[in-house]
Amino acid sequence: MTDLPLTPEDVADIVAILDGSGYDRIDVTTARFRLRVARDGEGWTQEWDFSAADVPAVAEPAPAAALETVPEGLTAVRSPLPGTFYRAPQPGAAPFVAEGDAVTADTVVGIVETMKLMNPVHAGAAGIVSAILAENAAPVENGAVLMHLAPA
Amino acid sequence: MSLPRIRRLFIANRGEIALRIIRTAQKMGITAILGVSEADRASLPARLADETVVIGPAPSVHSYLSIPAVIAAAQAARADAVHPGYGFLSENAAFARAVGDAGMIFVGPDVASLEAMGDKLMARRVSAAAGLPVVPGGEAEDTDAARRVAETTGYPLLLKAVSGGGGRGMKRVDRPEDLDSQIAMAMAEAEAAFGDPRLYVERFIARGRHVEVQILGDGQRAIHLGTRDCSIQRRFQKLVEEAPAPNIPVDKHQAILDAAVRLATHLRYRGAGTVEFLVDAERFDFYFLEMNARIQVEHPVTEAVTGIDLIEQQLLIADGQPLGIPQEMVRIAGHAIEVRINAEDWRRDFRPSPGTATVAAWPAGPGIRVDSHIASGGVVPPHYDSLMGKLIVSAATRGEAVARLAGALDGLRIEGLPSTADLHRAIAADPRFVAGGVDTRFFEGMADG
Repeated sequence: MTDLPLTPEDVADIVAILDGSGYDRIDVTTARFRLRVARDGEGWTQEWDFSAADVPAVAEPAPAAALETVPEGLTAVRSPLPGTFYRAPQPGAAPFVAEGDAVTADTVVGIVETMKLMNPVHAGAAGIVSAILAENAAPVENGAVLMHLAPA
Repeated sequence: MSLPRIRRLFIANRGEIALRIIRTAQKMGITAILGVSEADRASLPARLADETVVIGPAPSVHSYLSIPAVIAAAQAARADAVHPGYGFLSENAAFARAVGDAGMIFVGPDVASLEAMGDKLMARRVSAAAGLPVVPGGEAEDTDAARRVAETTGYPLLLKAVSGGGGRGMKRVDRPEDLDSQIAMAMAEAEAAFGDPRLYVERFIARGRHVEVQILGDGQRAIHLGTRDCSIQRRFQKLVEEAPAPNIPVDKHQAILDAAVRLATHLRYRGAGTVEFLVDAERFDFYFLEMNARIQVEHPVTEAVTGIDLIEQQLLIADGQPLGIPQEMVRIAGHAIEVRINAEDWRRDFRPSPGTATVAAWPAGPGIRVDSHIASGGVVPPHYDSLMGKLIVSAATRGEAVARLAGALDGLRIEGLPSTADLHRAIAADPRFVAGGVDTRFFEGMADG
C-alpha cells in the first residue's frame, strides 16, 4: 500500500509557502511519518523519518565471525570492513594462504567483498598463519578476527 | 492517462532508482509492484510501492541477480511488464529473453540491441560499422590473452568487464608488472558483479573527457536529448554529472550528438539508451566508448534541462507507442548538475561504509531535486552498492547552477555513517570545476584525492 502521502512536488510547495511566510520551519508528525522542513542559511532542508512507522522489522542473519579475543603471543588479522570473506581470488582458485604459510605485512591473505568491491586483506604483520578462523564466503563484521599469526 | 498494455509493472531493482520508477508508474496510473530482497523489506521503496514481493535472501546473486527468482516473483504478481532499472539484470539479454518468454514486456531495448551493446567487442564492431571512431583494444578471456592485447595497446591501459558497465570491474594498469594481479582482481569483480569474468583491454587516453548522449528510439526513429558530461570520476565511478557538457565548440558538440543518433538509428534502437564517448579535452576529437542500453544513474540532469520524464518515455515505448517527441521539440534549457551521495569514507580511500543514517536532512527548494531512498533512520545494507541518493540542481546558467549546488550542499546533513557529501562541497568550490570542462584527471588533481 502506498503510505507516503507527500510527493517531491508537495515538498516544493511547502517550501514555497514557508519561504513566503515568516516561519523558519515546519514539523509534521503523523502515525506514518515525520517531516521537518527547515530554513538553512539561504536555503532549505527536508528531513523525513519513518522509523516510528509501523513496518515489521526484518531480522538479519547474525554474522558468523564476530570480534573475539586473541590468544597470548599471537597476532590477529582483522577484517578491514564488513562484508563477505573469501580465501581465494575466485571460485575454484587456490586460497591466498593456508595454515603454516609464512607471510609478511604486505601479503594478501584474503578478500572481503563489500558493496560489490573486492578489498584485499593484508596480513598486517610478519609471521606464520597459525589458524584461519573465518569460513570462506562467510559474512564478517568490521574488525572480525579472520586469522591468527604466530611469530616467525 | 493509462497505457493499453502495461497496467501492472514489476520493478526488478532497489534503492533510489526503484523509488524513481515507482513515482512515474503511479503518476501514469500503473500499479507499481516492487521485488525486494529480505534486506530491503522495510526500505522506502518497499513502503511506497503499491505491492511488494520478496524475491530472495539479501545477497544479490540469490535475489536481484537471480533470473529465475525475479521471473517467478513477477509472474506470481501477475505483472504485464518488468522494469529492470540500472545495474543488476538491466542489460542482461538472457533476462530480457526470459521476461518475454514468460509473456511479459521487458522495459528496455530488444534482445538484439542488448546483445550487440552488452558485449564490448561486438559493440565496437557495430559502432565502427555505423561510422563511429573507436579506441584501440581487444577482448581477453584469460591472463595470457590480456598480455597479448596489452602488447598492441601499450601502457597505461584499462581493463573492463566485457559484460560490465558503470565502471564496475574497471582497472587502470600503468606498468606491465602490475598486469597479472590487476587482471585477477578485475576478473573476480566482473564475475561477482556480472557473472562473466571476461575482460576487455583498451588503451587509456589520459587527457580525455567523458561525454555521453541520451538517446530515445522507437525502433523506427531515434532522437537525442542532448549531452551529459561525467568527467569527474574516481576509478571510473562517476561522482558528478552535468547537462549539457560545457565548453565544447558548437560544431564538435553537434558532431557528437549526430554520431550517437547514427548509432541508435543503425541499431533500430527501441527505448532509452546512452552512447558514451571519450572526448579529447583539447582537440575535441571523440571516440565511441560504449552504449548503455538502459536508464542511467545520471538521467535526472537530462530531465532537468529538457523537461522530459525519461522513465515515462521508457514505459510509453515499451508499451508499443511511437516516439511522441520530434527532435525539433527537444529544447535544452539551462544547466543541471547531479552529485552522488555515497555511503563511503572518502578520506579513507573511499572505503564502503554501510550502516544506518541516523540523520538524513536533504536540501529542498526551487531548482533542487533529491532522488534518494534514505530518510533519517534509513539503512544502507552491506550487500549492495553505496549510493544513498542524488542531489540534482538546475538553473538558467551553469554559473548559477554551480552556486546553487554549493548552497544546497551546505544544508545537506548525513549523520551516522560517513558520506561523500563534504567531498562534493570541495568539488563545488574547486576553481577548475567552477570554470567548467574538466577532464577525467580532475579528481587526481584534488588535494588529498
